[in-house]
Amino acid sequence: MNNKITDQRAWLLVLPATFLVVFSSLIPFIAIVNYSFQIVFNMHNHSFIGWSTFHDALTNDEFRSALGRQVLFTASVLAIEVPLGIGVALTMPRSGRAVGPVLVVLALPLLVPWNVVGLIWQIFARADIGLFGAFVNNVLHINYNYATGTFSAWFTVVLMSVWHWTSLIALLCYAGLCAIPGAFYQAARIDGASRWAMFRFIELPKLRGVLTIAILLRFVYSFKVYAEPLQVTGGGPGTSTTFMTEMLTNTAIGQFAYGKAAAYGLLYFLIILLISYVFYIVLTRVGTSEGGE
Amino acid sequence: MARIDFQQTGHRYNEDGPYALKPMTHSWDDGGAYALLGPSGCGKTTLLNICSGLLRPSDGRVLFDGRDVTDVPTQGRNIAQVFQFPVIYDTMTVFDNLAFPLRNRGVEKGRVRERVRDVAKMLEIDRDLRRRAKELTADEKQLISMGRGLVRDDVAAILFDEPLTVIDPQLKWKLRRQLKRVHQNLGLTLIYVTHDQTEALTFADKVVVMSNGEIVQIGSPQALFERPEHTFVGYFIGSPGMNFFPCELDGAEAVIGDSRVALPEGLASRAHETGARSFKLGIRPEFVGLAADDEPGIAAPVEQIEELGRFRVVTAWVGEHRLVAKLSEDTEDLGSDRPRFRFPQRWLRLYADERLVEHEGETA
Amino acid sequence: MTVRRIGLTLFILFLLIPIYWLVVMSFKSNTEITTQLTFFPNHWTLVHYDDIFSSGKWTGSFLHSLSYVVINVAITLPLAIPAAYAFSRYDFLADKHLFFWFLTNLMAPPAVFLIPYFQLYHSIHLFDTVFAVALAHTLFNLPLAVWILEGFMSGVPREIDETAYLDGYSLPRFFIKIFIPLIGSGIGVAAFFCFMFSWIELLLANTLTSSNAMPFATMMSSAFTASGTNWGILAASGTLSIIPGILVIWFVRDRIASGFSLGRV
Repeated sequence: MNNKITDQRAWLLVLPATFLVVFSSLIPFIAIVNYSFQIVFNMHNHSFIGWSTFHDALTNDEFRSALGRQVLFTASVLAIEVPLGIGVALTMPRSGRAVGPVLVVLALPLLVPWNVVGLIWQIFARADIGLFGAFVNNVLHINYNYATGTFSAWFTVVLMSVWHWTSLIALLCYAGLCAIPGAFYQAARIDGASRWAMFRFIELPKLRGVLTIAILLRFVYSFKVYAEPLQVTGGGPGTSTTFMTEMLTNTAIGQFAYGKAAAYGLLYFLIILLISYVFYIVLTRVGTSEGGE
Repeated sequence: MARIDFQQTGHRYNEDGPYALKPMTHSWDDGGAYALLGPSGCGKTTLLNICSGLLRPSDGRVLFDGRDVTDVPTQGRNIAQVFQFPVIYDTMTVFDNLAFPLRNRGVEKGRVRERVRDVAKMLEIDRDLRRRAKELTADEKQLISMGRGLVRDDVAAILFDEPLTVIDPQLKWKLRRQLKRVHQNLGLTLIYVTHDQTEALTFADKVVVMSNGEIVQIGSPQALFERPEHTFVGYFIGSPGMNFFPCELDGAEAVIGDSRVALPEGLASRAHETGARSFKLGIRPEFVGLAADDEPGIAAPVEQIEELGRFRVVTAWVGEHRLVAKLSEDTEDLGSDRPRFRFPQRWLRLYADERLVEHEGETA
Repeated sequence: MTVRRIGLTLFILFLLIPIYWLVVMSFKSNTEITTQLTFFPNHWTLVHYDDIFSSGKWTGSFLHSLSYVVINVAITLPLAIPAAYAFSRYDFLADKHLFFWFLTNLMAPPAVFLIPYFQLYHSIHLFDTVFAVALAHTLFNLPLAVWILEGFMSGVPREIDETAYLDGYSLPRFFIKIFIPLIGSGIGVAAFFCFMFSWIELLLANTLTSSNAMPFATMMSSAFTASGTNWGILAASGTLSIIPGILVIWFVRDRIASGFSLGRV
């Protein structure tokens, strides 16, 4: 990394953005922290309960199983999307007439509204009226029904996520690769480096910035996933694909337990925060010497 | 140690477009230090890229030590390159950076360590071998870049593409000194691209002055200074550049407006033989003197005088043309505001259609 | 080389097939969608598109969405660029914490913001305007842009800044003439992602608007009625909603693929 200069005047550059984000986030955030410590029955009766709500959350079966499913989902999705995204980025053309069309195709899944994504796959993955469902069942002769089979349901939501979001990682990594000056490749060729060595010593280190944001984004959004799986599997069969956000929404709306839901919500947010922070520290330290940055 | 031959080598990016480098035939010796000097767009970077293999010339052939390398990619040529900004492997230590080219070629460990140590010592970065390469300053990183070329036994030429661009001005001399040492100790062919004449003149044995895709003159810094073969070289080299006065020839004299300057014997007639239509008289500011009362001279009203420490730069006008004289600080005062200047014949140059007319008995 | 081409082609097909499915669905009748599996519509129908284009509400909603997205990107990028530059080049008090805090704004479940935002925007009289949505979306777009841009800026050697200052460039001139062209890829990709995330966002857009500035996402939810889902119109509006994004990425394609070339320097 380049040596940074210490200069407090840099705050002036950051201030406008900070101000806007504070305006957007801090004020509402304080409101929810407040709510979570109370039981809100009909939004008029406030009384302070405190830590017991959080304790309940952590020992609650519903909470814990939803959390477990969520972790499994996010882990699977990241394990597939990150290497795939990087791989795709490496194969995308960086010059020539194919650049524009390839970028457009990559962008397409990201541009589909999330409820429509669910809609597409809901039909697409059905055995009777969907192309994919029919293909798997009738051509590959695999029993595949996301409404009744747990594995099928999981497979579908994971595949849908991969289809929907790999492009995010691919596009970010692609832009990052394009930003690498040609001189580095020239120098590596002169040094006799293999293609793998070029990837390991030039491309991957230079992609650190974009990979960090890509992985963090994917982690956060997959952890908060809601509309897409809900649309396809409805959380089922049973509760096998009910992830955190859906569980929270059910608690809040289905059970009218706003305080409980807010407590769950806060806990959920804290979990995301904690894991993100860990990711952030790890990703920004990887490849750096101890103590020198 | 490579001899580089260009046979009608030229390049244009489009079939019917202009030439970025006009086809030329030249030979560069083994072990020379060449500076490619010229303004932006003159073709020097194109020429460098043809040498390195980054660019395949559209015309002609390139030979290294007699071997045709026109179609050989970079890794097949025995060259190393230093770029405009430091190109190092961020994740590796300085040692690993220098060892990288050797390890890729399967050199055994002991030898690797030896070579790396030697090169690091020569470049004076041996104390930093264990540090992460990215922590070093820009000039040290450029040394690492150069070092990666030097560790290899098979490197014949090192190419430099404006390597001092992002270096702190105070530190440029350090890198230049290293370059000189490398050249003296190892005798490699060095090719250095720059638009800065100071860099070129201090670095090179031979300077290749380029303009508009052509090589205008190749010569030692001294030759370029004293005998520019083209008015462009006169303008470009020297600070300030050469004085030029459009003139007519009358007998053995050049006529500039009302003034007359005596030309060396035979020069005028040779100038006529070229059949050129325009003539210019050139003389460098450093060689313009003050005429004593009994000497012939040209009177020119002075516009301004700048005291620059050891020099006094006088700007005057001969008719409509500016005359700049660089006098030493201990010349006496000019006397009047219309002093007389002396153009020593030895340093007079006559240009016919921008090209130098040779003095008698001079060799090219 | 060919292995890579094959791999990329397969991936492109993987991405395109569900899109083809979507587009084709938009030309089928609802009955056909829900009862048959056909590669191409048995009876091509434009009824869904007709419903959309003939309804002022639908076309109006597209325009609203387009407006707030454009305004959002126009606010976000100019604020994000200097902030990213500060993070990339300088050390200052609490800089790492501030940087991470920016990101945390992407993490909170948006549902919790709905009621406070509803109240907030009412109180500043911006409720039911495109400006409200544009502003609200900066909550997640600003941090995103700052993070993406910082990553690209850190890839430009600091020495280039210093050389420019020595050559007499002032900060604004250096920025415009030298720096911004060097981070072209980053700006292109940040612009696209800001556009995309804002365009897609449903919850906030819904909450902060009612009849005047209704976004098309709200219109789409009207396709889910008690009597059943209007698949066709969802497919058609889904297809139409992809188009602005395609234009955006086409527009910035050269920016994204632009390399880092030290031109004049």
